[in-house]
Amino acid sequence: MFIAASLAILITMGLALARALAGPTTYDRIAAVNMFGTKTVLLIAVLAFLSDRNDLLDIALVYALINFIGVVAALKLVTQGDFYSSDRDKREAEKEEPE
Amino acid sequence: MKSYSFAALLFLFWIFLSGHFDPLLLGFGVASVALTVFLSKRMNVIDHKSYPLHLSSKLPGFFVYIFREIIKANVDVITRVLGWRGASISPQLIDIPLLQKTDLGAVIYANAITLTPGTVSIELSKETITIHALTKEAADELLTGSMSNEISNRVFKQ
Amino acid sequence: MIIDILSWICLLAGGVLGIIGGIGIHRFPDFYSRLHAAGITDTLCAMLILLGLGLQAGWSIAAFKLALIFLFLFFTSPTASHALANAALHSGLTPKLDRDSRGAKS
Repeated sequence: MFIAASLAILITMGLALARALAGPTTYDRIAAVNMFGTKTVLLIAVLAFLSDRNDLLDIALVYALINFIGVVAALKLVTQGDFYSSDRDKREAEKEEPE
Repeated sequence: MKSYSFAALLFLFWIFLSGHFDPLLLGFGVASVALTVFLSKRMNVIDHKSYPLHLSSKLPGFFVYIFREIIKANVDVITRVLGWRGASISPQLIDIPLLQKTDLGAVIYANAITLTPGTVSIELSKETITIHALTKEAADELLTGSMSNEISNRVFKQ
Repeated sequence: MIIDILSWICLLAGGVLGIIGGIGIHRFPDFYSRLHAAGITDTLCAMLILLGLGLQAGWSIAAFKLALIFLFLFFTSPTASHALANAALHSGLTPKLDRDSRGAKS
């Protein structure tokens, strides 16, 4: 039964990967990669039960966090070209006086 | 006072994650908890807003409500993905008024909107939230403000 | 026995929902509506699969870790969706809207 669940997750990952390759915009790709990462977390969790090794759950736990940070970092890189400046601050500064 | 309860919670978290009781590993745990609490104090994040311990008794009621909403919204989106009974999509971009008074309330509300499939909060300003909704019905339901009222009642009511 | 059957139902339903979400991100016409389809797989699909695994684990550290994984996904996935949608709107990607939509801005 775990095998069926992991196969279903793998199919979903394939579909997400197809969307990531097809595009058309960068944001589609990032959203697809985000979904792919979420499915990876679930796949690792299922594999932990399939192979009866509970250590894998720790990896899934860490992957859930890394996936989020990775997506946000990729998004920051795409929208502003670097990791450190904040274009939200720039936008707000244009609209109103900074506090 | 808050940092002591924070440290106790973190240590409990460590024990649950490791499941070992060797002196060495417990020592590592104490060291990491001390470092985390020190850094959090330096960053000034242990305050009423970032560490809302006073809301934890309200969590179960809120979770029951949000799970019910998630399941309802999921069923709706799934029928539209599969196109059952001629279900189609009618994407909307609308502004809804933000009735939450506190920042925390606004964040909880926007997160609840995004968590329910079919609606995504796009932009949060002081008075309004810009929403992208998959269907007109989902947009209309948000315009009634029932979710905002539920959050006010379940989370912030004394 | 009953718990086994329940957990199998949860796992299978979760897998099927995942595939439906995967179909959704190919059927919907534009980026913003695809986010909703990805939302299915982030919420109910993850919930059901982790619940199914948790029923198999019983009361143990493994169940606690599964609950924690769920909690992290529960908190991070709306944040990531919001950040994506916000960045897309500000970069000038206009959503395909229904004709009679009201109050649409920009």
